[in-house]
Order: sequence, then structure tokens, then C-alpha cells
Amino acid sequence: MIWIDTILQGILLGGLYALFALGLSLVFGIMRLVNLAHGDLIVFAAYLILVLVTLLGLGPFLAAAIAAPIMFALGFALQRLVLNRVLGTDILPPLLVTFGLSVLLQNALQEGFSADSRRIPAGWLETASVPLGPISLGVMPLMTFASAILVTLALQWLFYRTSLGRAFRATSDDPVTASLMGVKPASVFAKATGIAMIVVTIAALYLGTRANFDPTTGPARLIYAFEAVIIGGLGSLWGTLAGGIIIGVAQTVGAQINPEWQILAGHIAFLVVLLIRPRGLFPRAFD
Amino acid sequence: MALLETKGLTAFYGDFQALFGVDVSLSEGETVAVIGANGAGKTTLMRSISGVIAQAPGMVRFEGREIGATAADDIMAAGIAMVPEGRKLFPSLSVEENLLMGCHRRKVNGPWTLQSVYELFPILKERRDRPGTALSGGQQQMVSIGRALMSNPRVLLCDEISLGLAPVVIKDIYAAFPQIRATGASIVVVEQDIGQAMKVADRVYCMMEGRVTLSGAPADLSREEIHDAYFGTAA
Ligand SMILES: Nc1ncnc2c1ncn2[C@@H]1O[C@H](COP(=O)(O)OP(=O)(O)O)[C@@H](O)[C@H]1O
Ligand SMILES: [Mg+2]
Repeated sequence: MIWIDTILQGILLGGLYALFALGLSLVFGIMRLVNLAHGDLIVFAAYLILVLVTLLGLGPFLAAAIAAPIMFALGFALQRLVLNRVLGTDILPPLLVTFGLSVLLQNALQEGFSADSRRIPAGWLETASVPLGPISLGVMPLMTFASAILVTLALQWLFYRTSLGRAFRATSDDPVTASLMGVKPASVFAKATGIAMIVVTIAALYLGTRANFDPTTGPARLIYAFEAVIIGGLGSLWGTLAGGIIIGVAQTVGAQINPEWQILAGHIAFLVVLLIRPRGLFPRAFD
Repeated sequence: MALLETKGLTAFYGDFQALFGVDVSLSEGETVAVIGANGAGKTTLMRSISGVIAQAPGMVRFEGREIGATAADDIMAAGIAMVPEGRKLFPSLSVEENLLMGCHRRKVNGPWTLQSVYELFPILKERRDRPGTALSGGQQQMVSIGRALMSNPRVLLCDEISLGLAPVVIKDIYAAFPQIRATGASIVVVEQDIGQAMKVADRVYCMMEGRVTLSGAPADLSREEIHDAYFGTAA
């Protein structure tokens, strides 16, 4: 029974990791850009939600709904004004620039909010749980997992059922030919990063309500996100969700064996999957 | 007045100069062929007109407007559609999605819709849900032509649509041209196959080493003239 509980908790935790990872996966899938500031952007969004909650006295969900369009605009501008300039055949410049952004965000948050750890208050939801036979599952973890599935479904719909999604895929295949179809790659990329920042806001909501965070929390989230994206197969959204779940389950199982092994077990699962399937679980047919 | 014209067009890849003062023009409703050996600069000319290679202003005019410095996506929106060399289908898109990309930006009511493109190339309708790149070379070329038609362009640029295809397939594809012409589109076809070019075109330009070496109506050009312009007099 304890193992069923452990695995269920792991799956739910995996939902959180998937939320960390989906924005990264989206951006990588479209423009082959690895955003090293992704984790810090999640933490930034968590502070933004925290400010809206404490200053305006809003509930965390309403605050996140307000933060989402702000984050979209910031992501759009970031891509338009900075990242588009460094995208090219050389992968080093975008890595350097997003690494710089990561340091900048951490320092700015440190200045603005001090190094103290914070949490977004979620009231009674924080401790609420639903009994499931002998097991009880937290309401917040359940909502996190449900959100991860909804976000995956929504992105999947956007990608495969809308003309913007078609332009995303075409531009990712071949930006020059896409421009011959009237697509402006710079603006397609800006929209993609804006949408990724909406996912980041959703991730931030659950990161901030479920655990403490401080300005240096970002890089560790980036690593989990990164591992989930790679396990899943680059550019596959369902793969990313599966990758998040694998890391979540590995961590809770590891922790069940020995509490000190939680983080390590996640990294080992990552390496094992890569050894067996070097291109991830659901690689794209071409690349 | 010409619908589309270049004047003294030059183009560079880094330090390498690929075009040296090219003057070509296309009138409303006309079909023009550009012939020339490999490396003559035909593709570079198409890329310069379509904006893939940015030009100094003043070298390309379309409908009387200067477009030399206009971005590729805006040039397509203005009505110049390209069937690029090598077909260039989007591998992650189905046949139908590839076609729909053609009118992603330029949505102009006209003769060309999904339905009329499927009537022109019925095989594509059968394969509409397959990945574009899973089709045979000839069918991929039909997708690439159909995709360009979807925007109901004023000018259709076709870069070596017969490249790498079997003669019967080439015949099938060129069989669609009378119908395309009948809708009023003005067409530029780039060809290495001189015979095919002579059959389809009202006028021919021959290029060699980045320059136009000969131009005229097929009926007015002798075999010797074309041979010299194509291979150089030394050959
Ligand atoms: N991307 C490129 N970089 C450098 N040189 C190029 C490039 N594309 C074409 N060239 C050169 O420009 C010249 C014209 O090429 P191109 O326009 O492709 O000729 P064509 O289409 O007539 O075969 C050739 O000498 C070719 O080697
Ligand atoms: Mg060529």
C-alpha cells in the first residue's frame, strides 16, 4: 500500500515538473532555443503573483490570471528585443544571453525581495486533501497534475489545430521557406515565447503555493524541467509530460527508500532513460 | 509598364558576386522562362526577387513599387509566390497543411482554393493527410506548386520544377500550366531543360555566370544563339 501511495504521490509531483518543463519544451521545439533563465522566470512569476496577492489582497488563482498576460507581454518583448537578435546557426550566443538573464533576474529579485524564502498563501487549499481508500491525496497536488494535463492538451490543440500552430511547426521546420509563405519568423517566435510565459505563470502558481521559494530557487527547477524535456524527446509535448512524471515517480520512490536519495533518484532515472533511449521516449520522426 | 522588373540587379554571397547587373521583366499575363547551366545565377535571381536575399533599394520593382529592400514575407503578401528549388515542403506538416501555409498571410479571393488545387492535382486530395515529405518527388512538386497557388498570386516564380523528376512526371506537371495561365497569373519558370522552357514560355532569358546573355521569343532564337548563350562561345 505504501508503494502505491508513493507512486501516486510521484505521479502528482511529476505534474509539477511537467509544468516547469512544458514552456521550455514549447520554445525549444519551435526555435531550438534553450532558455537557461527558464527556472528564474518561473521564480520571477511566483514573486509577481505574490506581490499581487499581498498588495491587492487577491486570491492566488485570480492573481495568476492577472500575472499571465503580464508575463505574456514580457516574454513577447524579451524575444522580440533580445533573443531574436542572438538566434542563429550558432547555439552559443543564446545560451550566453539567457545565462546572463538568469543571473540578472536572481540579483534583481534579491534586491527587491531579499534572500528570505517566501510562499504564496493559498488558505485552506494548502492542507486540503481527498481520501482515496486508505490513501489521501492533496488537493493542490491533484490540481497541479490536472493543470499539467490541461496545459498539455491546450498546447497540443494550439500546435495541431490552429493556423498559428501550423505556422509554429512550419517555421520550426524551415524559417526561410516559412517567410516565403508570408510568415514573419521574428513575430512567430515572440508569440511562442509569450505563450511559454503563460505556462511559466501556471507553473509559478503551483511552485509558490506548494513550497517555499527564494530568488535562487530557479536553476534547480530548470534542471528538472530540462530532464523532463529530454526524457520525453525534444519537441514532444506529451513526451514532456511523461518525462516529468518519470522524474517525479523516481524521486518519491528514491525518497521512500532513503530520504536522502530523492533528488539523486530523479537524476539517475534521467540517465537510465537516456542510456536506453538516447533520443528520448517520443522523439520526432525527423530532425 | 512591366508588372515585375529588375534593373542592374546585383547579388552577393559574402564576397562572392553571383549576379552582375541583371535586367529582366515580366508583363501582366506573360510566362517567361529563365534558362542557364548550373551555377548561372537563376536561383539567386529568384531569391533576390522574392526577398530571401535582401537587395539595395532600386533594383526590383513590382507593380511600379520598389521592393528591393522589402522583407520576403511582405513581398509574398504583395502577391509574388515562390515554388522554391528543391520543393521545400514542411516535413512536419501534412499535404493539406502544406497547402494551407500558402495562404497563411495572403488571403485573397480568387480562382485558387483547396478545392481547385485538388481539382488540378487530384492525387493530392487522396493523400491530403499524409506528411508532405512522404510523397513521391513529382507529387511533392505538385504540393509545392499548389501551395504557391493558394495565395492567388499575381506572379508565380517556379525554380526548377522538373529537377530530378522522370520525363513522364515532368509532362504531368507542365500539363497544369495552361490552367494556371488561364487564371491570369504571370509566371516565371526557371529551367535547365531548354526544350521544356521553349514550349511553355512567351519569352526566354538565358543566363550565364551571373549575367543575362540572351533574351527573346522562342521563335526568334536560333539553336546556335541559344547554345552560345547557354554554354559560352568558347564551348
Ligand atoms: N548560399 C550560397 N553561398 C555561396 N555561394 C552560393 C550560394 N548559393 C549559390 N552560390 C553560388 O552562386 C552562383 C549562382 O548560383 P545559383 O543562383 O544557385 O545558380 P543556378 O540556380 O543557376 O544553378 C554559383 O556560383 C553558386 O556556387
Ligand atoms: Mg538553381
